[in-house]
Amino acid sequence: MNGKGLALIPRAEGKQTLKDFKSDQEVRWCPGCGDYAILAAVQSFMPELGIKRENTVFVSGIGCSSRFPYYMNTYGFHSIHGRAPAIATGLAASRPDLSVWVITGDGDALSIGGNHLIHALRRNVNLNILLFNNRIYGLTKGQYSPTSEVGKITKSTPMGSLDRPFNPISLAIGAEAGFVARTLDSDRKHLHSVLREAAAHRGTSLVEIYQNCNIFNDGAFERMKDPATRDAITVRLEHGQPIVFADQAVRLARTGGVEVVPRESVREEEILVHDAHNPDPSLAFALSRLDEPAFTHVPIGVFRSVDRPSYDQLMSEQLEAATAKKGQGSLSDLLHGGDTWRIS
Amino acid sequence: MTKQVQQLDRVIIRFAGDSGDGMQLTGDRFTAETAEFGNDLSTLPNFPAEIRAPAGTLPGVSSFQLHFADHDILTPGDAPNVLVAMNPAALKANLSDLPRGADIIANSDEFTKRNLAKVGYAESPLEDESLSEWRVHSVPLTSLTVKALEEFEISKKDAERAKNMFALGLLSWLYHRPVEATIKFIESKFAKKPDIAKSNVAAFNAGWNYGETTEAFSVSYEIKPAKLAPGVYRNISGNQALAYGLIAASVQSGLPLFLGSYPITPASDILHELSKHKRFGIRTFQAEDEIAGVGAALGAAFGGALGVTTTSGPGVALKAETVGLAVTTELPLIVVDVQRAGPSTGMPTKTEQTDLLMALYGRNGESPVPVVAPSTPSDCFDIAVEAARIALKYRTPVMLLSDGYLANGSEPWKLPEIEDLPDISVEFTTEPNGEDGTYLPFKRDTETLARPWAVPGTPGLEHRIGGIEKADGTGNISYDPNNHDLMVRLRQAKIDGIDVPDLEVDDPSGSARVLVLGWGSTYGPIAAAIRRVRRSGSEVAQAHLRHLNPFPKNIGEVLKSYDKVLLPEINLGQLALLLRARFLVDIISYNRVRGLPFKAEELAGVIQDVIDSE
Repeated sequence: MNGKGLALIPRAEGKQTLKDFKSDQEVRWCPGCGDYAILAAVQSFMPELGIKRENTVFVSGIGCSSRFPYYMNTYGFHSIHGRAPAIATGLAASRPDLSVWVITGDGDALSIGGNHLIHALRRNVNLNILLFNNRIYGLTKGQYSPTSEVGKITKSTPMGSLDRPFNPISLAIGAEAGFVARTLDSDRKHLHSVLREAAAHRGTSLVEIYQNCNIFNDGAFERMKDPATRDAITVRLEHGQPIVFADQAVRLARTGGVEVVPRESVREEEILVHDAHNPDPSLAFALSRLDEPAFTHVPIGVFRSVDRPSYDQLMSEQLEAATAKKGQGSLSDLLHGGDTWRIS
Repeated sequence: MTKQVQQLDRVIIRFAGDSGDGMQLTGDRFTAETAEFGNDLSTLPNFPAEIRAPAGTLPGVSSFQLHFADHDILTPGDAPNVLVAMNPAALKANLSDLPRGADIIANSDEFTKRNLAKVGYAESPLEDESLSEWRVHSVPLTSLTVKALEEFEISKKDAERAKNMFALGLLSWLYHRPVEATIKFIESKFAKKPDIAKSNVAAFNAGWNYGETTEAFSVSYEIKPAKLAPGVYRNISGNQALAYGLIAASVQSGLPLFLGSYPITPASDILHELSKHKRFGIRTFQAEDEIAGVGAALGAAFGGALGVTTTSGPGVALKAETVGLAVTTELPLIVVDVQRAGPSTGMPTKTEQTDLLMALYGRNGESPVPVVAPSTPSDCFDIAVEAARIALKYRTPVMLLSDGYLANGSEPWKLPEIEDLPDISVEFTTEPNGEDGTYLPFKRDTETLARPWAVPGTPGLEHRIGGIEKADGTGNISYDPNNHDLMVRLRQAKIDGIDVPDLEVDDPSGSARVLVLGWGSTYGPIAAAIRRVRRSGSEVAQAHLRHLNPFPKNIGEVLKSYDKVLLPEINLGQLALLLRARFLVDIISYNRVRGLPFKAEELAGVIQDVIDSE
């Protein structure tokens, strides 16, 4: 496959395999961490893109998930807390021939790096941002995070956390993101399908990946994984398809948002058909609110995928336009421009 | 009427008015005329941080000082010979700097009861005896301008606004400046508003003609062109020179320039300038904050660009963690700090040399960074190329410490020959350097200790770098105690070993016992003070540091070969602290932190006192 997002990236000559993308470094996450599943999923997915491995870069910040680049046999940059989107922006904006992936977590992306995340999204630099959301601080040993539910009892909040969490999908849509999706660490097939669309999108793609921290927040997404409950709460979004799940359906609500109703209670034409390419983000935003109150219904899949020129492309075009208009810069002409005089 | 023409060897003019009066523009144009005429010159803009402080008040006064001469000069001058005061506030704010006998050209139209009251004058100083020490030329600039523009179909407000051009015309007449370029400048500046263009040209010409016909000015002045070294010259400010230096570094290194920057006074003009030159392949990125500015520059450097970030002190504080990341990942990066008065917001438009210790030590861990500082506005060009040379050769972030005085001040610049610029080209690593075809990103060059630089897109050299301590050679994560000790020492040794030219000492007789040392923007005032001291018969040596880390190898020897070392700094003795610690030399500090450059006269006195106290 080769979507627009990969159009400028050189193609690999031979066939690549999962093994090509595994580095020789020992993986050091806690046994049972959801990060293992995501790493395996990404390593097995990368060969499918068919791009040169050396033109692939993984950039991360700080946190458990940010160790990720060390385990990928590509170029990698493990940077500092929260700054990966900024560093990746400079890299991607100056090198449109690279496929740049940002690996971040809920603390890294939404707390300390919140500013960089929202600006990367609005700018639409050609980045794929994978946000591992485990709703807890893992590396610092278990404080609540900006996605933890209100009242979370942790070491730093013995009487419960007070601040309302971010919904990363709502936040991204509010930040003018062109591509926003959610998937789950344990569902490799779905993860692959979302990564495929994210990579094909030219511009910034934000993929929230629900990831279980079995040490500090075990079972946070259990209801989405347990066969007894998962089908009743997981809303699978597919472009062009009516939004239905189990015996439920989604329709427009009188409040201006969307609501879940028993399927038998609505006419077929009342059921909302998902349009990920809708230029108006209102419905995508409304869908992102379905999990309120916490985790009643959780949509996964691509909420929004709208094409617009990427920042790096526009930047290159300005350079080309300036050169086309006046020719390539000459240092001598530059220095001698303006008012000069000669002393002999 | 034939007017008398008097010859002068040098003049210092200060244009002062409300921040909305266009004094900076007026000064810039007079400077351009003076440069074209061939005088040596030096300028000092001085303006409030507020874009438009309340009209007519003391905080709203903006000024521009120009020193020009028939010989080479080093500073914008201590005290103006001529003050152009566009209102009572401008007069009051600048009067204390004016030596006895100086000329005051005051816009009498603005000396109204209301404007006088705003600055606490009970009566007009133009009409009482309070200005008797000076030669006052009371000129109704506003009404003369409005009258000259009667025939134009423009509003009274627009007509009044042209009064700065009337003043410029008058001063241009008074000092025999060439006017063609100014007329062209006005025409192109207001190309889209032809009425405004024509009226401003008319006001400018009216000012000139007024000088020629009025009896208020009986003498005009000639200052012959200076005999500077042969070559092609242009007038240039520090920020513009710095931007050009970065472009030159990009050309000479063969690397595309990537600037990540967040607007901040007084550094923003470098961002503005570089954003104009996209046809050099320059990418300018206005980031969401200071941290993103340096982060993007470092990301671009990882991709093989010449990464640069430009800021002032508060921005350097924010960038510190990323600079540390550049130190440990050993990637080239240029961090330009156009210093301003601090701490915190301080005085954004005023100059200071107070970020030296922050540049050297303002990061966590052992985090050595080379530091360079330009001496004059035009030296900002050379120092930018030098910063790039060090960054690229040694794969390290480099701190470049300019300041507000250099950034906004200007001087004639003898243009370098392109072929004389250093070759700072870089070869990326493209082949494995380890056994069995592996790539070792931290296997160092034995001479420079620089690590190889393999950029994404290079097959077979895929590798990971980061902020966690790296094993020597492989760059893999390492918590080994001895490895950390080794890496800390290697990073320090690399910076300590940077090739820096020896410190040159100006000691004509070779028998001076006092050395005056400086760094950065104090070069001009110190050199001017040294001239005065020598003219009065004393011997004194001068040396000026452009490299602050590492120091030139001979600095200890130089310091120890004089009985006394005087070190003026616009801080509380930051370089003195370092030199005392490193060389055990009893430095004599002279420190003033007023947001202004030193005056030559002031320093001459200090130097003489040190000499006399021997």
